[in-house]
Amino acid sequence: MLDDFLNQFLPSTVGGLVFGSIYALIALGYTMVYGVLRLINFAHSEIFMIGTFTSLVVITAIAPASPLTGFALFGVMLLIIVASAAISGGAAMLLEVVAYRPLRRKGATRLTALISAIGASLFLQELFALVIIPWLTGNAGRNQQSAPRIVDRDTVFTIGNAAVRTDHIIVVVAAVIMMIALDRLVNKTKIGRGIRATAQDPEAAVLMGVSIDNIVRVTFLLGGAMAGVAGALYLMEFENTVFNVGFVLGIKAFTAAVLGGIGNLRGALLGGIVLGLIENWGAIFLGSEWKDVIAFTVLVIVLMFRPTGILGESLQKARA
Amino acid sequence: MKGNGVTGNANPLRRVGALFDGARDWWERAKTWQRFVVYIGALVFALILPAPWIGTFMSPGADWTTVLIYPIGTYMLLAIGLNVVVGQAGLLDLGFVAFFAIGGYTLAYFATEHGWSYWPTVVFGIFLAAVSGVILGAPTLRLRGDYLAIVTLGFGEIIRITANNTDEIGGARGIPNIPHPTDMPAIGLDFGVLPAPYYYLMVAAIVVVIVFSVRLQKSRVGRAWAAIREDEDAAELMGVPTFKFKLLAFAIGAMIGGLAGGIYAGKAVFIEPGTFPFILSATILAAVVLGGAGNLPGVMLGAFVIAWLPERFREVEWLKEALGKDPAEYRILLFGGVLVLMMALRPEGLLPSRRRKAELHEGTGGMGAMGAEVAGPDTDVSTEAAK
Repeated sequence: MLDDFLNQFLPSTVGGLVFGSIYALIALGYTMVYGVLRLINFAHSEIFMIGTFTSLVVITAIAPASPLTGFALFGVMLLIIVASAAISGGAAMLLEVVAYRPLRRKGATRLTALISAIGASLFLQELFALVIIPWLTGNAGRNQQSAPRIVDRDTVFTIGNAAVRTDHIIVVVAAVIMMIALDRLVNKTKIGRGIRATAQDPEAAVLMGVSIDNIVRVTFLLGGAMAGVAGALYLMEFENTVFNVGFVLGIKAFTAAVLGGIGNLRGALLGGIVLGLIENWGAIFLGSEWKDVIAFTVLVIVLMFRPTGILGESLQKARA
Repeated sequence: MKGNGVTGNANPLRRVGALFDGARDWWERAKTWQRFVVYIGALVFALILPAPWIGTFMSPGADWTTVLIYPIGTYMLLAIGLNVVVGQAGLLDLGFVAFFAIGGYTLAYFATEHGWSYWPTVVFGIFLAAVSGVILGAPTLRLRGDYLAIVTLGFGEIIRITANNTDEIGGARGIPNIPHPTDMPAIGLDFGVLPAPYYYLMVAAIVVVIVFSVRLQKSRVGRAWAAIREDEDAAELMGVPTFKFKLLAFAIGAMIGGLAGGIYAGKAVFIEPGTFPFILSATILAAVVLGGAGNLPGVMLGAFVIAWLPERFREVEWLKEALGKDPAEYRILLFGGVLVLMMALRPEGLLPSRRRKAELHEGTGGMGAMGAEVAGPDTDVSTEAAK
């Protein structure tokens, strides 16, 4: 048992970092929306799903005969990331207008909003399964859709017995770049100041001339764009997607957000990585079919002992 | 000014709603004998419901009595159970299907592997469901409501995946050859292949659970739940042990879920992890919310509509041709849309209790308001003050 663990420790760590980066990118959307609206945007997982399908369509349209290298690879990666971020961000904004804004105007309860979010999530999944996927790909909507390979699985270097491949590096580096960019945006720009102000005290923010509607729109756009990037990276790495791909990943990303401290952007990064690692290390002992159970158990334990997460809920500390 | 425009609105959903509100107001003024007439009428109606002449319209394709047992009766039982948690105590449970699974698996496992007889095993299943409700609730019920929702969702998935990965209880293949309920020759119920006896069993279970649920609602427990739902802090200050009562709501909801699982498994003969997906939890939640959380007739109406409509639309030929596939495939799409629409237009459901409706229009109802809402032209002053 211990031998197994030591043997598989490093490869699992690499896998955990890759998964963790994707969790972290999705978690950013949950964390930002929760920080500003105090709403668990349950349909965020579908925004991620939309990102994977955007990438699928773009990659299929380019249809590289063989995996790409060098400049072509960089170009195609950039293209699918930008396309997915744009479509997912747009979808998230649309979601906000349709499912949440009417409730916000009425001052609805958070339970009401969460149920609306669940409804939107089911609606989007089924819309894709029944209408959009058959239309995009011509296949049955509930089947797994696979994408052609664009990145070779070349080993770049090894750490002990763990092979670090090109695709691993792309995922982690891209995720870290996106997160630094978002962190800068929220902490250094005017719009970021508006987001932080709204998270802290919406009424005071309005009095200070912040347009809440704009801030909420931007929050959904940014969170959705991050989920879109996560979708592009996911499709590149795993080369398949399905209409309900977001369901389990979404819950795990939410777990990551809570683990790091919901509302806290750096917490989302930390939470995502930690969750990815715990899940992969745990799978060595229990077998990979228990991965999801491990992640959900982590969620329960974190909420029991430290519901504010590792780094605390910084965006909204000032709120009751 | 009244809440968000319940009266004088051309919106069809609200007009239907207003009709239901009228029925409820009549019911609240009704005398005892009038109510008893309704009770007896409802029971007689339930007993003649499987009649073939009703079935030819309600379910032309499938056997009507079977449809009445599953999905309609099972959904109703589950919805009444979830209503205790969501409607009465105001806790959002997204993993209710877990208790249904525990009830079903308990019967399946102990009856097939250990040869236990039906009824004691069902009771044991109800007990296990209650225990698991307490085990899940004890650490998590202190959490904020929306966290609780996600944790229960995770719990539902944990139960399903565990069943899937544990070979002792059949793994992904499930458990076949679950025994039928013990025959009851005294009242002429012989549980074999024919669906009718299972239907009467289901009706009996629903009646028992309704009586139980109504008595609870009118007792001190029910008042405590209402207080918790409206304002947990205030309830705690008034001396209501909120945590205990929330745990009780969880356990009672779980027991009803476990009962439904036992009855379902005894009829279905075969269960597998795929019988208990998250989507079933969401469907039952949709039923409770659509009908009117907290109000039993509403919840049952919601369960009926959500269980029956997809079965009925399956048989509509022109719809099948227009869509190019089985119309029932679209049911989850529809439920999702309905949830979003209902929350925007009539969050209290089609047939709400007066109290629940007032709570929702005051913007309380258990969980506090969303952040960052801004006063708009249609926000009214009293709701703002209530925050």
